[in-house]
Amino acid sequence: MSQPVVSHAAQVLAHVPGLARHGSKPSRELPRKTEVLEQFLGSLRGFDEAVAYLPHQAYIGAIHPRELPARPWVGAGPSASRFTAGGEIMPEEEFLGVLACLDQFGLVTLDREVADLAAAALVRHPLAKQLDLDRLGAAAGDAGAVAAEHGSLPLHIDRDRLAAGFRRAHDSDDALAAAVLLENLACKATGTLALLHLVEDHGIDPDSIDYVISCSEDAIGDRYQRGGGNMAKAIAEAAGLGQASGADVKNFCAAPVPALVVAGALVASGVFRNVAVVGGGSLPKLGMKFQGHLKNGLPVLEDVVGGSAALVTTDDGVSPVVRLDGVGRHRVRAGSSNPQIMEALGVEPLEQLGLSMLDVDDYATELHNPEITEPQGSGNVPERNYKTLAALAARRGDIAREAIPEFMAERGMPGFAPTQGHLASALCYLPHAVRRLTSGDANRVHMIAKGSLFLGRMTQASDGMSVLLERNQGSPVL
Amino acid sequence: MSPVFDGKLVIALGERDGVAGPAIAACAKAAGGEVVFSATECFV
Repeated sequence: MSQPVVSHAAQVLAHVPGLARHGSKPSRELPRKTEVLEQFLGSLRGFDEAVAYLPHQAYIGAIHPRELPARPWVGAGPSASRFTAGGEIMPEEEFLGVLACLDQFGLVTLDREVADLAAAALVRHPLAKQLDLDRLGAAAGDAGAVAAEHGSLPLHIDRDRLAAGFRRAHDSDDALAAAVLLENLACKATGTLALLHLVEDHGIDPDSIDYVISCSEDAIGDRYQRGGGNMAKAIAEAAGLGQASGADVKNFCAAPVPALVVAGALVASGVFRNVAVVGGGSLPKLGMKFQGHLKNGLPVLEDVVGGSAALVTTDDGVSPVVRLDGVGRHRVRAGSSNPQIMEALGVEPLEQLGLSMLDVDDYATELHNPEITEPQGSGNVPERNYKTLAALAARRGDIAREAIPEFMAERGMPGFAPTQGHLASALCYLPHAVRRLTSGDANRVHMIAKGSLFLGRMTQASDGMSVLLERNQGSPVL
Repeated sequence: MSPVFDGKLVIALGERDGVAGPAIAACAKAAGGEVVFSATECFV
């Protein structure tokens, strides 16, 4: 059995303030009060502000999360680059262009000026050769007329300028309504951008990838099979992976870790040599906590959709190993309190391997940015998780009770991910983990993800999975 | 447990990172309450 490794990871954000009104919460709240809509539109960030936002820079890998200064982060960032080696932050007019490029069903009609703007920008983009820019011309038209059609949605840029019309795909199938398809196409587009960066920025032959696993949250399908899938193959096709097939792993926010484990198992078993794990962004979560942001004089901070991609491959002697014997799972009978879940995911797999909690350098849990969650009363999610992990370490005797703050500071980190569910659940740390376990001085990173199964009303249970990434013995700390 | 919820109807709303709905419901029931609805929500 070959031990699987994670060789590369890429991460992208699309800054889409115009699409933020189509997030689930704003789409319900904004039509009810004109003054709230005006306040919402007046609180959207510009692109430069979004690029300079330090948690975004951490998300695309420019800085490590532990290098983030003390909050507030809003307004604190110096000017920054939109590109890193393995990621980018894309402005909205380009992203609308990408949506049109990846639309195979005439869903998107771009305003002609916007189509020209997008074409002029995308032709200079590092991934231009991988995008079918001819589609932009075909997608240009009377956006206002399309937006006025029954069942269509208007899309905007520059806060409130009409930029596109987005059609439904069926008169009466709610699973193919414009709002659903916009979510799905945005997910496909961000996942594709991340996968393209993974392949192009790291010199990977696209034909070498055998299989793609999507851990995205969105449900693809029609009324006869809502959520049937398959986002993975749609993204593989869009990214030009001609030899790949793919399938989706669904598990709410926890999906990235099972996706990594399944990818590792496929490689270890010899079924495939190269498996890409990809997560597209979650448009419904845009503006989810906007009321708290507006109440506290903050901009609408949930104005980005994310994307993430990683390559799991055979042992190259250098890249971090996916320890398939270090997988934690949340059993049905484990209990659903946070300490019980964290014990199952954060402690038990280490005990199986004879490791202490101090043998892990970085714990990557749910890394939601607290500057986004706290103003709406949702607290500091990563801090809660790190407190629980540190308390478990103290209970085990790995650390003294007084060392809990030190454990949290040294082995935890501030949340830096946008509230994009699955992307914030450990997956966002993967580019940092690869760096820390190769050129950095870490030996082990514990990836821990949880999922809120109860939201689907089929069970009261939650779920979670963890996997240990370990420095390759062929790559000792220098 | 003292029956402080005797004769009371209980709606148990749990939070994902805190106490789950079924756990609240179990406590409320043990305290004499009648749980009419229980759910857990996720706020991230």
